[in-house]
Amino acid sequence: MSSTVERTEVLVIGSGFGGAIAAYHLAAGGAEVTVLERGPWLESTDFEHDYKLGASYTRAFDFTVGDGMSILGGNCVGGGSVVYFAAMPRAPRFVFERHGSIGRRMWPGAVSRDTLDPWYDRVEESLSIKKQDWNDVSYAGGLWAAACNHSGRTANPLAVAIDNSKCVNCNWMMAGCRFEAKQSLLVNYLPAALAHGAEIRPLHEVQHISRTSDGDYRVHYNLVHEEDYRLQAGSGVIEAKIVVIAAGAGATPVILQRSEAHLGRMPRAVGRYFSGNGERLNTAIIDEEKAASLFGLDRGDGVAYAANHIGKGPTVASWDKLDGSLPEYSRYSLEQLYFPPGLGTILAQAPDAAGPAWFGPDKKEILRNWTSWLTIFSMIEDDNEGVFGPPPATGNSHRISQQMLGRGNLRYEPTKNTLGAWAASDAEVKEILEKDGLAKVMPWTNDLVGAYTVHPLASCRMGDDPHTSALDDRNELRDHPGIFVTDGSAVPGALTVNPAMTIAALAERAVPGIVQAAQRKGISVTYGAPAPDGSRSGRKRVLPLLPSLARS
Amino acid sequence: MRSENERVAPDGELRTMTLEAYADTIIPGEKRSADDRAIAGVATGGGAVQAGALELLQWDATGIHNGLDDLARLLNEHTEVYAGERGLTLDPQVPPFVALEYPDRVALIQRLTTPGHPEKEFWVMLALFCNMSFDSAAHLHTAEALAAGHPGLTVMGIPKPGPDGLWRFEDFGYGRVFARLHPDTTSTGSPA
Repeated sequence: MSSTVERTEVLVIGSGFGGAIAAYHLAAGGAEVTVLERGPWLESTDFEHDYKLGASYTRAFDFTVGDGMSILGGNCVGGGSVVYFAAMPRAPRFVFERHGSIGRRMWPGAVSRDTLDPWYDRVEESLSIKKQDWNDVSYAGGLWAAACNHSGRTANPLAVAIDNSKCVNCNWMMAGCRFEAKQSLLVNYLPAALAHGAEIRPLHEVQHISRTSDGDYRVHYNLVHEEDYRLQAGSGVIEAKIVVIAAGAGATPVILQRSEAHLGRMPRAVGRYFSGNGERLNTAIIDEEKAASLFGLDRGDGVAYAANHIGKGPTVASWDKLDGSLPEYSRYSLEQLYFPPGLGTILAQAPDAAGPAWFGPDKKEILRNWTSWLTIFSMIEDDNEGVFGPPPATGNSHRISQQMLGRGNLRYEPTKNTLGAWAASDAEVKEILEKDGLAKVMPWTNDLVGAYTVHPLASCRMGDDPHTSALDDRNELRDHPGIFVTDGSAVPGALTVNPAMTIAALAERAVPGIVQAAQRKGISVTYGAPAPDGSRSGRKRVLPLLPSLARS
Repeated sequence: MRSENERVAPDGELRTMTLEAYADTIIPGEKRSADDRAIAGVATGGGAVQAGALELLQWDATGIHNGLDDLARLLNEHTEVYAGERGLTLDPQVPPFVALEYPDRVALIQRLTTPGHPEKEFWVMLALFCNMSFDSAAHLHTAEALAAGHPGLTVMGIPKPGPDGLWRFEDFGYGRVFARLHPDTTSTGSPA
């Protein structure tokens, strides 16, 4: 590498929701922005329908096995947005009042559903999030809704960031959307950031941050081999006045832990309070004849369901337990989901198995009925039990396979609160789906890779209390001015719903504070860009809020 | 008769047999021939072995390929301990794990993959790739695997893609109102 240190004004680590949103607004406001992304830069035509190792399906993912918790996250330009299912509900009001494990409100006083709603509105406009109706619901979602109704419950089609006119219901969206139907960041914030001069560098994995003599930051990265992520292909350094960290809740705290030797002491909450968003999966094996006789289901060819593989991820959720009058740890949503082969099938357990439930003859039998599987995703309130151990040599894990699989240092021992909430949600899923013999249901085992989350949160969280939060209420890292964290690690705790909408809204909300910090560092930048497509109504609603986000 | 070392720390054919027996315990299949020792034959149709488990395990992309000698040796050593505890006599013609009956193979794998076992993560990883050979054929292009009748993808009922190798489903839903909406749903379709 050149010995000349590169410079930029704002360095953004990660290009998922937290990184892309900050990069767009700062670039549009006039700042020089460089984005470092550890994963590859894949485009629509790269998104293959192929489970072979090395296809986009494994290149775009990072699966990190921890002790008691494994994390599935994005690993490409666009981050989680490329691999997510685009379900975009807002978090229910009670979530912001949660106390969690600290015995008092864990969100910053300045953030509530009311104060976040205008920022949700901005995201809704920017990502073209649309309310869905029953005609948009997949077979799996319809079956889940019918079962909920049959057991006296309500069910809702989920708001999603999907252009239904382009969607072919291939159910491959976890490998990236080939048809540009999913509104990933590759079709909105990121191209808009590029148009405003931002630079995105894929396969740059940030290792640590140090400080320059004049108070700026120096970001140290390794170059990652484009196919075999186990291989490093050099390293480099970029200096910046402002650093925005959005490497994902499984990686952001690791970068900061490794930076502690260079930057000085980190806030206590860096690498603590990790939440898996309370996630839990149940697999139901549907009795096709019962699906037909109980609900009159017919796909038009005499088949009642057998459509596990058709659709667009989750389309229907049951929100009856999202009731703020219920005690904490008893509130959760139950969402129909699709989980493709390879990423978790081994964890599904055979109901009524005489021998082992996750392998062996009984497991093989349920695989014969794979098209009749219905996967239900529970999102409970967990207890922020996760703690990161010492960082690995590089990145956020010791990489085992050329892509996707690695061993990380997260330790998660579920408390009684979490275990009780999982048990309650499991029991309710079973009650709904086993009623009148519709299905046989078993939860995924936690014995193999621990609990499993696709929505890691809270490992560098915001709050008002320096002891239990790493960031202030405007996402700035305590005691390290000019470093902001805008990804899922900033969210204080489990949300009981899919978190992308909330992560994105918090990132939008953080931008005015980052702009102000940049201005104070002498960067010529202003706040006020419209949505990436030029729409302006979302901006109009947040402009009156800016004084409340300004620092004195 | 094969030597103790050949059987316990096998290479070549004996290593393959040991790993095949492990894969077949995870997703069992039918014997390939009457004298097939690695496959226990407790299920009909192809299992993980026929799905290509060994091919996947030996591919350097997995990162487990370098550890297969050690895993085969350790598995056989654990088998000898297990057999000793139960007073089982193992056929000396084959590696110890291969000599186990299927229920004993299951019991040993359960022991090795139970939380708290010091080698658990290695045995889980080995099981993970055996499973992936069957449920996603991760060593093959999916469309080609389906065209060739891959036992896992085929038995799971995954349909073949269109001519361009992509899946599209024109019919995807019932188009019916199935349930009452939650009363506290906002105008944009979120929980209140």
